[in-house]
Amino acid sequence: MAAEAKAPTRRVSSQRTLAELLRVIFLPLGQLFVFTVGSAAVLGLIVVVLAFLLSRSDPKIFETAVAILPQVIIDGIVRGFLFATIALGYTMVYGVLEFINFAHGEIFMVGGFVGAGVAYLLNQWGVMSTMPALLFVIIAVILGMTVSGLLAMGTERIAYRPLRNAPRLVPLISAIGMSLVLQDTVRMISTNTPLGFNARFETPDFGKAFQLASIPLGERSIPVLIGPKAVIFIVAALLMLLALNYLVNATRLGKAIRAVAQDRATASLMGINVNQIISLTFLIGGALGGAAGVLFGMNIGTVNPYMGFIPGIKAFTAAVLGGIGNITGAMVGGIVLGFLEAFVASYLSLFTGGAFSGASYADIAAFSILILILIFRPEGLLGEATTQKV
Amino acid sequence: MATSSPQTGGTGAWDRLSRLLGRGPGGYAFLSLYLLITSLMLLLNPRTSLLTDIVFILFLLLVLIIYRTRVHLGFKVALGMVALGVVLPYFGTLNPYYIDVATQAGIYVALALGLNVVVGFAGLLDLGYVAFYAVGAYIWSIFSTPQISTMISGAVPVPSVWFYGFILVGLMIGGVFGVLLGLPVLRLRGDYLAIVTLGFGEVIRVLAENLDKPINITNGAQGIKDIARPPLFFSGALTAIGLKLDDNQLYQFFFYFLVLVIVLITVMIVGRLKNSRIGRAWTAIREDETAAIAQGIPLVRMKLMAFGVGASFAGTMGVVFAAKQLFINPPTFDLLTSISILSMVILGGLGNIPGVILGAVLVTLLNLNILPRIAEILRSAKSAGLPIPQSFDPTQYQRLLFGLLLILMMIFRPEGILPEDRRRQELHEDEDEPSEESAEATT
Repeated sequence: MAAEAKAPTRRVSSQRTLAELLRVIFLPLGQLFVFTVGSAAVLGLIVVVLAFLLSRSDPKIFETAVAILPQVIIDGIVRGFLFATIALGYTMVYGVLEFINFAHGEIFMVGGFVGAGVAYLLNQWGVMSTMPALLFVIIAVILGMTVSGLLAMGTERIAYRPLRNAPRLVPLISAIGMSLVLQDTVRMISTNTPLGFNARFETPDFGKAFQLASIPLGERSIPVLIGPKAVIFIVAALLMLLALNYLVNATRLGKAIRAVAQDRATASLMGINVNQIISLTFLIGGALGGAAGVLFGMNIGTVNPYMGFIPGIKAFTAAVLGGIGNITGAMVGGIVLGFLEAFVASYLSLFTGGAFSGASYADIAAFSILILILIFRPEGLLGEATTQKV
Repeated sequence: MATSSPQTGGTGAWDRLSRLLGRGPGGYAFLSLYLLITSLMLLLNPRTSLLTDIVFILFLLLVLIIYRTRVHLGFKVALGMVALGVVLPYFGTLNPYYIDVATQAGIYVALALGLNVVVGFAGLLDLGYVAFYAVGAYIWSIFSTPQISTMISGAVPVPSVWFYGFILVGLMIGGVFGVLLGLPVLRLRGDYLAIVTLGFGEVIRVLAENLDKPINITNGAQGIKDIARPPLFFSGALTAIGLKLDDNQLYQFFFYFLVLVIVLITVMIVGRLKNSRIGRAWTAIREDETAAIAQGIPLVRMKLMAFGVGASFAGTMGVVFAAKQLFINPPTFDLLTSISILSMVILGGLGNIPGVILGAVLVTLLNLNILPRIAEILRSAKSAGLPIPQSFDPTQYQRLLFGLLLILMMIFRPEGILPEDRRRQELHEDEDEPSEESAEATT
């Protein structure tokens, strides 16, 4: 029976032309590009105008503001891709279950720890220094993805599946509990192993940062740098987006996932194993989170058990900003949020004469965005307005 | 829902026992004996130990048992007053640690009752509840210390007797902040609301950490120290009747009784609210928002009221907490505190006042007594040569504990230890005493 139900779908998907397929897969990249350039341009313009207005009192502000602009944009992209990759996991799970997987930030953190653990072991065996950097990245990312994906699947099996038909707050509270349990379990493991609470993430030498440009400012010149790790991060994030888009929009598994997201009961009547699809959704989302964790840890150099919480909340904000349930939306939301944070972090103290520290108020900016979006455009940048079912 | 309350659920021996001891002469004898035995056990062996902890918990459970037993209301009140007003403070003179624990438990009871209004009655999951507590605490800390002079030049700290006035100020400011948070999030449902309130809690903490520039309002990450305590107006009277206690002990008693009084008032208010028109409107909103609107319930006003009422208890307790603690800093008000209050509410029973009180007391005691005691035992086991990891300290694993508590409760008993007994009340209306009256009297 299942085979009969699936036979027509195979015919339909084979009818799809190559051009259509390419459009489905690469259109999101175009959207992402537009939003990246757009938000960078808008925020850059605001900064320039503000700097110009402020430069009457202090002429140096304008010069400094413009000189650091390219670096801020690059930081924004790196930050944005971090939020974006985590947001993918939130949005996948939300799309299918309409459930905020509160523990997703911790899945991300576990990925970081797996990476740090792999790096520690490789260092112990003495193969780290002789290893090509890219090979190390691939090994660490694959291991991180495996562990995080399986862990996400396990949490779903243990803490969410028994509550699937309960009122909505019940699985949410369970997820909060899961998040706390994961934090402390990882802490228990890491403090009782040589890793320690703040585990160092050793990496092979990636080489020097690429200098994209150099901006003269008075006598000095400010270089615009992008580290090789950041480049790897961005490339990996783009690959993940492409792969996910392909998976969801062009494969049979993706069709099953979309069917379950749309209507669970009908999907199960069509011969789709709903439990299995939900498990797979968690596996995929968790694997993406794990990869983000490894890449993030590599970028920062240390990981700790509580590091997943704030990026997790911000990634959720990003997912809501882009339109929760929408994969490209999550990426776009992440990028926009990343830019916004980078701009606030860099310019707030400059514009207020050091009165407000930008780095801490960046968090407030992120949460304010969340509140504003939920009030004025709850469907997000790319989402569709939904009417509420009674 | 209410399947396993001691009075209706049990079978066989338990049923007979509870019928024997739950009412009539058996009840009076049982309660008096229980109080006598636990009090004697406490007073004869006041050393801090795991055994004392367990006896202490049993002693506090008396309040719940009094509430559950069907005896004369006057007897309940008298017994409750003896237990909480005489025996416990006297035990406190023997071992000051426990009266501190009791005060802390009382503070958490009031907080949990406030959160229960928002989460339990109105069904709005608030993960930033501790923000209101922080607001109350910071209000008193700023105005009672020289911090006020760094904020407004020329201003001097208020006299410490204003503490009583500031309890009301904390109440109002808490309420105002509750409504302010409520306004933007009114349209959100369930899980979105949770995340936004969580964000709000973090924003308040970050503000507390960073508002030392450009104007020094909160003194940033260093926190505020030397917070004023109210004058001890009753110390003269106590020396007159021959009680000689040093100031520290007097303050312990003062805060214990203050918290006790506030908790009683809170229980009264919350109990009255629950069975009022407002409380029924909240229940309606919790059960089905759309149906509630259709019934003509003013959704906006009711939700804002839930936020405001819940937050005002936290604001009040914040003022008391700051004065009791003498020192506050931003990490005191982190997300973990919000979540621990939430787990108290959930453990005890969402929406049910006695349940929430039980949950708050249990979690506080678990946190302050049982975990350190287990840590001690583990330490001695380690020195005896048992293979226990070097850096394993149970007191450091509160997150694990709260997390497991939340997951297990959600999976196995989402209604809590003492579920709301709305249904039971309806079924046994004629034989039951009005529950909020006995709650007022005994808790």
